[in-house]
Amino acid sequence: MTERIGATRRGNNTSILGVGALTGVFLFLALLMATFSKDAGMEYQALTFMVLGGVFLIATAMWAGGLVDRDPFDESEYENTLVKFGVAASMFWGIAGLLVGVVIALQLTWPSIFYFPELGWTNFGRLRPLHTSAVIFAFGGNVLLATSFYVVQRTCRTRLAGGMWPWFVFWGYQIFIVLAATGYLLGITQSKEYAEPEWYVDLWLTLVWVVYLLVFLGTLWKRKEPHIYVANWFYLSFIVTIAMLHIVNNLSIPVSLTGSKSVQVFAGVQDAMTQWWYGHNAVGFFLTTGFLAIMYYFIPKQVNRPVFSYRLSIVHFWSLIFIYIWAGPHHLHYTALPQWAQTLGMTFSVMLWMPSWGGMINGVMTLSGAWDKLRTDPVVRMMVVSLAFYGMSTFEGPLMSVRAVNSLSHYTEWGIGHVHSGALGWVGYISFGALYCLVPWLYKKKGLFSKSLVEWHFWISTIGIIFYMVSMWFAGIMEGLMWRAYNEYGFLEYSFVETVEAKHISYMIRALGGLLYFSGAAIMAYNLVRTALGHGEAEDLETANDPYAQPEPRAALAPAE
Amino acid sequence: MYELLSSFAQTGGLIYFVLMFAGALAYALWPRNQEKFDAAARLPLEDGGPSDER
Repeated sequence: MTERIGATRRGNNTSILGVGALTGVFLFLALLMATFSKDAGMEYQALTFMVLGGVFLIATAMWAGGLVDRDPFDESEYENTLVKFGVAASMFWGIAGLLVGVVIALQLTWPSIFYFPELGWTNFGRLRPLHTSAVIFAFGGNVLLATSFYVVQRTCRTRLAGGMWPWFVFWGYQIFIVLAATGYLLGITQSKEYAEPEWYVDLWLTLVWVVYLLVFLGTLWKRKEPHIYVANWFYLSFIVTIAMLHIVNNLSIPVSLTGSKSVQVFAGVQDAMTQWWYGHNAVGFFLTTGFLAIMYYFIPKQVNRPVFSYRLSIVHFWSLIFIYIWAGPHHLHYTALPQWAQTLGMTFSVMLWMPSWGGMINGVMTLSGAWDKLRTDPVVRMMVVSLAFYGMSTFEGPLMSVRAVNSLSHYTEWGIGHVHSGALGWVGYISFGALYCLVPWLYKKKGLFSKSLVEWHFWISTIGIIFYMVSMWFAGIMEGLMWRAYNEYGFLEYSFVETVEAKHISYMIRALGGLLYFSGAAIMAYNLVRTALGHGEAEDLETANDPYAQPEPRAALAPAE
Repeated sequence: MYELLSSFAQTGGLIYFVLMFAGALAYALWPRNQEKFDAAARLPLEDGGPSDER
């Protein structure tokens, strides 16, 4: 055992040097790009990278220098500090992303509010990708990083592999977020929805993601537990598939190696199909399988019961994997895409309903015999309601993918409502549930600072989601019907601006819903900070009168055995 | 050449995927695996780390 720790320590020292050297190489490249940049945006991005990468390098060097002979990657302990950082980053980006969402919802309602013509970056067109990327990739991505690092260690009964490399993944990912976000504000975009960052940011993310995959695989490789728990399968499929989607959809040729602009290698309908193969599988493998992994670990753990059916979880996993990847073409109904491909996408989308509901049932039924927790534990309620939203949006999705329904729903607010019932209800609530679980576990507290604040968060946010969904259903179906209305002479009944004007009240209700959801998240951030500080009900586990903090009466059991 | 490739992708792909999925189903439903799955389902509940509020 001692020998093993020694061997790991040598390897881990190498990992600090490796991370330092790799960061150094990229700092040099950034210096070259800043010096020879073809456009102001590129120069600004390269300088941003140099500042952030430089701070990371210096902080790592100072930290490593202060270690003396302490092993920073002690194999007998879990890597918890990194997960704590991930939780903090999730909260930070979550608040930021939701706030930008509220701002752009208000901009749509009252176009001149929060838009200042002299500040070009306050334009809706630049803030909208900032909102989507912040909530999906910055908030969701950090939740997935933090929970995957937490879960893979616990279920493999081993410390994270790679020593310093997981830290490179974490900080490298934050640098990716800042580069992407500031790039959007500067007007740098390759105009692909959910894949807006330009080529150099894509390359950086590819590097970070490959290291993430290697860290995850390395941890699985050195596991002490022979079986790989199902949550890890979901995490692994998320990591592998996102790598594949990201690389293929971002195949582009830079106009100049020191310029921010690039040209896609695909053109026309091939480009559209690649984009929506990526786009829909970002929903499937980022916003679904990753968060299902959270479901399969955190719900059983929090209610202290094994998952309802482990068999169903395996069938759920493979059917989801086999079906999801084909569903993308439903984004391109009635376009230049061949009709057989549209029908293929529609068919697989409808089939997807079954694995989705199988997974939902598996999660909800895990509570069987402990249904009282829905009433007594607001964190469990939040996670179960997330599954209800998951079930609802995975029924709505297949419905909307049917070509006839899509002819009404596409390009309308219905799509926005559908996405947000999935994002706010499913992804948001399962993430909030996981964060509410993680903070007391990580900081070894008896519970959260205040349970009643969780109740407030739950109800304020749930009312917010319902305002959002219902107003968008109303606006979407209304405008869809208005767009297709003809008068008795065969002319369109409404001009486009009339369909926009008709949505004004819906937009106001939606902005209110978003504001409520944001308020709930702010309450949560406050609650989690107070929990980490050990205030209120968040007593230390050691001092609390908790049976699990007492020494186990193992000696008494021994004779009977 | 196109016919050859497309029939490989279509028919071959179909058979390959169906067989793979059938394999996964057989693994999941094989009666003898029940014990293994019962133990696996308890994995998250049995770690030695700090526990949730009780």
